[in-house]
Amino acid sequence: MKSVRVSRWGAMLLLGLSLASAPPAAAKMYDPETFNLANGMQVVVVPNHRVPIVSHMVWYRVGAADEVPGKSGLAHLLEHLMFKGTPTIAPGEFSKIVARNGGRDNAFTSSDYTGYYQNVAADRLELVMEMEADRMRNLVLDEQNFRTERAVVLEERSARTDNNPGALLAEQMNAALFLNSPYHRPIIGWEKEIAALSLDDALAYYRRWYAPNNAILVVAGDVTAESVRPLAEKYYGKLLPSELPQRLRTEEPAPRAARRIVLTDGRVQQPSWSRLYLAPSHGAGETGMVYPLEVLAELLGGGTTSLLYRSLVVEQGLAAAASASYDSSAVGLTSFRFGAAPRPGVPLDKLEAAIEIQLAKVAKEGFPAAEVERAKDRLQASAAYARDSLHTGAYALGEALTTGQSVAEVEAWPDRIAAVTAAQVAAAAAMVLESKASVTGLLYPDPKAPTARKAAPAFTPSKGVH
Amino acid sequence: MRRFILLLALLAVLAPGSVWAVTVEKVVSPKGIEAWLVQDHTNPIIAMEVAFKGGASADPAGKAGLAEMTAGLLDEGAGPLDSQAFQQKLEDLVITLNFDAGRDSFRGHLKTLTRNRDTAFDLFRLALTQPRFDKEPVERVRGQITANLLQEAQDPNATASREWFRAAFAGHPYANSPRGTLDSVKTLQVADMRGFIKGQLAQDRLTIGVVGDLTPEQLGALLDATFGALPARSGLAAVPEVEVRTGAALTLIERANPQTVALFGMKGIKRDDPDWYAAYVMNYVLGGGGFSSRLTEEVREKRGLAYSVYSYLSPLQHSGVIIGGVATENTRFGESLGLIREEFRRMRDDGLSDKELADAKTYLNGSFPLQLDSTTSVAALLVQLQLDRLGIDFIDRRKALIDAVTPADIKRAAARLLRPDQMFIVAVGKPTGIEPTAK
Repeated sequence: MKSVRVSRWGAMLLLGLSLASAPPAAAKMYDPETFNLANGMQVVVVPNHRVPIVSHMVWYRVGAADEVPGKSGLAHLLEHLMFKGTPTIAPGEFSKIVARNGGRDNAFTSSDYTGYYQNVAADRLELVMEMEADRMRNLVLDEQNFRTERAVVLEERSARTDNNPGALLAEQMNAALFLNSPYHRPIIGWEKEIAALSLDDALAYYRRWYAPNNAILVVAGDVTAESVRPLAEKYYGKLLPSELPQRLRTEEPAPRAARRIVLTDGRVQQPSWSRLYLAPSHGAGETGMVYPLEVLAELLGGGTTSLLYRSLVVEQGLAAAASASYDSSAVGLTSFRFGAAPRPGVPLDKLEAAIEIQLAKVAKEGFPAAEVERAKDRLQASAAYARDSLHTGAYALGEALTTGQSVAEVEAWPDRIAAVTAAQVAAAAAMVLESKASVTGLLYPDPKAPTARKAAPAFTPSKGVH
Repeated sequence: MRRFILLLALLAVLAPGSVWAVTVEKVVSPKGIEAWLVQDHTNPIIAMEVAFKGGASADPAGKAGLAEMTAGLLDEGAGPLDSQAFQQKLEDLVITLNFDAGRDSFRGHLKTLTRNRDTAFDLFRLALTQPRFDKEPVERVRGQITANLLQEAQDPNATASREWFRAAFAGHPYANSPRGTLDSVKTLQVADMRGFIKGQLAQDRLTIGVVGDLTPEQLGALLDATFGALPARSGLAAVPEVEVRTGAALTLIERANPQTVALFGMKGIKRDDPDWYAAYVMNYVLGGGGFSSRLTEEVREKRGLAYSVYSYLSPLQHSGVIIGGVATENTRFGESLGLIREEFRRMRDDGLSDKELADAKTYLNGSFPLQLDSTTSVAALLVQLQLDRLGIDFIDRRKALIDAVTPADIKRAAARLLRPDQMFIVAVGKPTGIEPTAK
């Protein structure tokens, strides 16, 4: 759920977060300036003067988890429809105007948030701000546009999920992990529910959630709060706020049984093993465990010297890949994830047994203090890179603020990591890994399928300078 | 004796309505090793991108995947450090160091904090000059590549691409995937990899781009220390020029997917061709411009037939390709294909309008600086500018090259390149109403 973003266009950038435990930020790293407009819209400015470009983003505190049951895919479909025009922008013109100004735009939808952005020269900020503010309140949709875009989304679903057995299994696992939370719905939606969405559904959702007091403006790049403020007041400040509904994240019941999901598919050639555990986030559960869990993810599966890689891939030679990851930004509970691919010829159950031994050991003993310290140092040091890209800070802050964190919390991240102890890591490991709130997924080739063992690597177009 | 030849060129990148500059410096080390540098002292970070001309196109017959497997092993132990010791050092110092291979070049990537600069460059030197190829990492990386090949065989896009290149460049090294095959990867030996390094990692093939928190003097010393021990000359045979096969064809690879994924392509144009900019602007309007492209307008926006449909020019070192892709539900795949052919035809016959031409130029000029948003991306640009022999003042000249494209240039390039009836198509899925010429 959380780590998956579904975007309007294939070239969506998943920016910057190179760590398993995506660092939200670092103290005095992004050094953002922030203020509020009178209508309740929050504004965050991340100055970066290296190049005279800006990334202008509007984040809404609404996502797939805020859909009404039975209407899965609506948040993402509306994201597509937001490009269909207003009384002053003709259908399909939004992106073309951005392009005519030398800019690029796109949008993305997650469980807890929906975001829109334009990357443009700094002197085009006012233009894109005017257009973004316009579509926050003045979207115009008609039946024809709606139906065409719904068809596009169904094709998107096929391309992302239905063509891909691994993605199908991940979707099933996610649905099984969250018994009661809306996070069990795939962000892109179930096929039949997407096909049944109506124009009225989209408009009702838009009117309910798209309002300045439910939005965060993030501008990163060659700007200052001083230069952004008059523009933000002029375009966003004039919009009237709405009465906002409560965001409901129904609680998970106490877990009683670990679950196993097996997908056998004739299209599979490389088997895989994965597991999800329910875990606390910044927004729900034992939030004090968040930072120890980030350190735990680094220790277990953060890189080629992490425990799982070292033991399974290097020492035992059972796996081609092994990883752990944890994304702490969510309104409700989140997941702690493991993934492994066996080396050719190694049966999945043998690999799983070896993983279980490692996880049981960590749940019981945690990690030695010296290893914990090294992992903390790595996490803190790598935060320096987060500042390098124009987009990393904008993303980290937008995601944090739409999932209930504060700017101060984001900025305190290195200090929070520094304060984590080996005992806390051990406690976090025991809590998550000994829980029954887990789903194990096994992806198998169909032994009855004709095996076309013809491997095909991805095409990488040569990167010409044009 | 310290001897630096510093050539400074002030490069102005024009964004709409604004003028600004990035300074690219040519640094030549005391031993004569050249690099292009953009100093940036904003953050304590240094990024280096390196390319050796050659890459997978130099893989010997039957040894496809050699460059890629070698790339996968250079950071798996070198000099006194075994694989885990090498990786531990990288992780503890938060250094990114790795290699990969494309059809035309072998690439190295380095990113470090300033405080670990000398160690980072020294590890890069070790990886290039003293890789260990210990048995454990060799067999591990072989297993990883094999698992990747199997995984990619599940991916319809990757499957289509492999088949497209296999058939389009039959008989030429470009027909091979840089990742090799399940069979070829089994045969790769340490001796092959050592041979690859000897033949390819030499100074006469080397191109370097560096960005970040260091001075030309510091870089000059680092260049000698890092690359000075590489042999001056390489011993590889030249890769022959090649053209994409001609003649209409549609190869179908049947797969139980709800959607047919296809790649379509034809002979394209090389980067140094006089018609390059005309072709580039033309393709932006045809299928390169996202929501501004005709393919997206007709296939996606008007009819909802695909989430993604595109075309681009792929300038290989020894050939040129126009290639595109689309994915449409099986029963309507033929409709998408017909629309794509029609748009190729329309562009070939009618060219584009004055407004389309003007809009394309504005975008292509204005969006160029957007890619300069991290040290690594700027360093990669510096390497590509050198590989394409575009000159240190290219960023300054680029706008004039784009602006000079006339409607007549577009027509000429379109007539020369677009052959809607000569498309070579590979489709993966279960399309209905389509007659493949091969299965």
